[in-house]
Amino acid sequence: MILDGKVPAGPIEKKWEEHRFNLKLVNPANKRKHTVIVVGTGLAGASASASLAELGYNVLTFCFHDSPRRAHSIAAQGGINAAKNYQNDGDSVHRLFYDTVKGGDFRAREANVHRLAEVSVNIIDQCVAQGVPFAREYGGVLANRSFGGAQVSRTFYARGQTGQQLLIGAYQALSRAVSSGKVKLHTKHEMLDLVIINGQARGIITRDLDTGKIERFAADAVCLATGGYSTVFFLSTNAKNCNVTATYRAYKRGAYFANPCYTQIHPTCIPQSGDHQSKLTLMSESLRNDGRVWVPNKVGDKRGPHEIPDNERDYYLERKYPSFGNLAPRDISSRAAKELCDAGKGVGPGGFGVYLDFRDAIKRDGRSTIEAKYGNLFSIYHEITGEDAYQVPMRIYPAPHYTMGGLWVDYNLMSNIPGLFVLGEANFSDHGANRLGASALMQGLADGYFIIPYTIGGYIAGTKRETVDTQHAAFADAEKSVTGQMEKLIAVRGKRSVDDFHRQLGKLMWNKCGMGRTATGLQELLKEIPKIRDEFWTNVNVTGSAGTFNQTLERAGRVADYLEFAEMMALDALERNESCGGHFREEFQEEGEAKRDDEKFRHVTAWEYKGVGEKPAQHIEPLEFENVKLAVRSYK
Amino acid sequence: MKVTLKVWKQNGKNGQGELKSYESPDVSPDCSFLEMLDLVNNDLESKNQEPIGFDSDCREGICGTCGMVINGVAHGPGHGTATCQLYMRQFKDGDVLTLEPWRATAFPVIKDLVVDRSAFDRIIQAGGYISVGTGAAPDGNAIPVPKENADLAMDAAACIGCGACVASCKNASAMLFVSAKVSHLALLPQGEPERERRVIAMVEQMDKEGFGACTNEGECEAACPKQISISNIARLNREYWRAKLLEQPVRVEKGG
Ligand SMILES: Cc1cc2nc3c(=O)[nH]c(=O)nc-3n(C[C@H](O)[C@H](O)[C@H](O)COP(=O)(O)OP(=O)(O)OC[C@H]3O[C@@H](n4cnc5c(N)ncnc54)[C@H](O)[C@@H]3O)c2cc1C
Ligand code: SF4
Ligand code: FES
Repeated sequence: MILDGKVPAGPIEKKWEEHRFNLKLVNPANKRKHTVIVVGTGLAGASASASLAELGYNVLTFCFHDSPRRAHSIAAQGGINAAKNYQNDGDSVHRLFYDTVKGGDFRAREANVHRLAEVSVNIIDQCVAQGVPFAREYGGVLANRSFGGAQVSRTFYARGQTGQQLLIGAYQALSRAVSSGKVKLHTKHEMLDLVIINGQARGIITRDLDTGKIERFAADAVCLATGGYSTVFFLSTNAKNCNVTATYRAYKRGAYFANPCYTQIHPTCIPQSGDHQSKLTLMSESLRNDGRVWVPNKVGDKRGPHEIPDNERDYYLERKYPSFGNLAPRDISSRAAKELCDAGKGVGPGGFGVYLDFRDAIKRDGRSTIEAKYGNLFSIYHEITGEDAYQVPMRIYPAPHYTMGGLWVDYNLMSNIPGLFVLGEANFSDHGANRLGASALMQGLADGYFIIPYTIGGYIAGTKRETVDTQHAAFADAEKSVTGQMEKLIAVRGKRSVDDFHRQLGKLMWNKCGMGRTATGLQELLKEIPKIRDEFWTNVNVTGSAGTFNQTLERAGRVADYLEFAEMMALDALERNESCGGHFREEFQEEGEAKRDDEKFRHVTAWEYKGVGEKPAQHIEPLEFENVKLAVRSYK
Repeated sequence: MKVTLKVWKQNGKNGQGELKSYESPDVSPDCSFLEMLDLVNNDLESKNQEPIGFDSDCREGICGTCGMVINGVAHGPGHGTATCQLYMRQFKDGDVLTLEPWRATAFPVIKDLVVDRSAFDRIIQAGGYISVGTGAAPDGNAIPVPKENADLAMDAAACIGCGACVASCKNASAMLFVSAKVSHLALLPQGEPERERRVIAMVEQMDKEGFGACTNEGECEAACPKQISISNIARLNREYWRAKLLEQPVRVEKGG
């Protein structure tokens, strides 16, 4: 089927404005008669909940964390983009739009990206007004930096804790809405199913993680803002508890999953130190503004970094991409590191690492300047590795970081299921095949503060819905399927731990569906995943029972979903016979660079569930590029 | 290296708690402390025994989810770090480690080392925000903020809401947490209009939740993973008394 993204007509600069005008409005007095469920309290969910509550809707907000403030958004370090052009360096809405479309390797929907760039400026205003302590200049105005390969300084930041501060801002707005009674907050409630009535999303089933109690909630519309699925790789820069469950279970209820194979591998993470490891730590890529990336020229060079003279070092990013150098985009930098490590030039234990060296920056600017800029990052590095990066170069290696894929949504951020909206990292919309640095925070807040408040009104005012409550048979069915699955998990009583399966799956995904992918590898993967899944269901041990606090059961449900989801991801990677952005199929390259096939793959692929182990049905949304000319994405 | 764990096991807030012993597997000094606990739990699970309940998420010291008292010290050894930032190299082979939950009336135990910290959320809901609806904001640079104030506000805003300050205080006082939020917002011009209302509402909620009084012990600052300074508590006190003074009912002139 050909999917319709419902992009409004008209010139790109006018689309959003006119669309907002054309959307039906809900009468202010009627808003309080409507209930909206928001699952997730990260940047996307918290900002949506607060904004919808301010408009007058009754909002039911859920998260699995013990406080909304702990959502994974809290961990974002580097910054948030906005086309403010405060630096007078040539930035504009159009440039941010252009950079994002190109950065996404021409696999994003132009109209969405333009709207994102437009509202980016409002986000900064909103956050400042909330008291977000952005970095400032001595004159009291906001400071900016260039970030993630951008050639203008459009990134706003709050030390190395930008995500934390933006989330606290949204959390405080949410808290205000809770105190006004417009938001009912349900923390430690994990959504385990979506309830659909007459083809419309009308509610969710949750499990109270403290007591094990299963509950039903009904609403006029449901928003999922549940984050990304990088933990399918087990090891990633994401928080331990990130998972795909909410979006995957919506998929099993009929929502289409778009571009699951688009995953971002971040180039600057601390390399893995052993098998015990539970997660990888990101070193903000702002470090690449001053650090120089290199490996020894010689394969298997075992000398310490200081013993390797300059002429025996390969500053490969500067060599390959002279105009962007160490600031080359993430996918490109990651792949270059992998290529050299695969060729045996990697450094550190296991040879999976490259140097990020501050020697020259310290010589040029002095240690105190470098310390002022990156002191906290150097101390994180020290804490984790025990090494002093002022003396020896840091070792870094790419790690899974962000997932561009997600539930398919139209221009209104509504999935193919009427009434099911998807926001933030959980949807697929704005980043195409590769996300630029400092753009996820922007997108999460754009969706929540400035887009959903309009588009959900259009849906609520423009559709007929029957009156339903949680006694409806669809709720009972969904609840039964949730409890049935948990009972099944607990009944296995096998010999392997949940984590053990997760690690096994993660390793496999990393090797065959990570930075480099081949048809052969993916075909093998598609044979191996069902085997692990079968063993999981006969040999996992989930201790305890369902009716109580049970962290093992929580994880088991999420890993069970990953064991199905991974198959769709591999299939998507296999079917996309091209390389684009973060999706690198080794068969499709030209001089080591990703080779797109615009003729055959200038589209979004969205998958429809057909049963466990069954091949999902494929739908396509063609992408038109009317404002940015299709071109080879070159950073040379 | 190996360690022996004596872990507080408790079912629900009314459950009878007790310390139970576990042996860690042989782990590398580069293993994080929580990864060591993961391994202990994986081992228990594969033997069909109940794992140790503990919370964590980001595992890099920013989300505030983790937290336990290790040998009497909130967040364990290490300065300015959360539990998830501890590495086994900070302990010795053969160490005996006693692991206990945050202990405070306002933080009831849910299970083992997991406690209910929703009292913190309710304190923020009472007033820890600036009332500005979406869309009502002026241009970001329309409100200049002196860099020094922005930096001080940021220092205070770095609080991760972990609760170690409460756990380390013999009175289980939440003053460091509350003062961090009051300071963050009071230092910024945007926070000015609600300055008095905010501090009074937050302090009242704090008292209602059953947190103890502050007697300037300073333990909170030492335990705080974000090194929130107790000078914030002094600011909170000033803010509170200032607000109280201004709160005096406005005298109405009697008319003729
Ligand atoms: C280490 C790190 C650094 C980063 N740095 C940057 C940066 O500098 N700039 C940038 O732009 N981006 C950055 N990113 C990316 C960015 O942080 C995320 O993409 C973004 O914050 C995601 O926000 P979100 O609101 O979509 O989801 P999240 O913040 O992940 O929130 C998900 C929410 O959903 C809830 N949830 C999930 N599933 C369920 C369920 N089944 N039931 C109930 N609740 C559920 C969770 O409790 C949580 O509240 C970084 C990411 C990482 C990992
Ligand atoms: S003040 Fe420090 S110890 Fe207390 S909650 Fe905040 S970060 Fe934790
Ligand atoms: S797990 Fe996030 S602060 Fe420790």
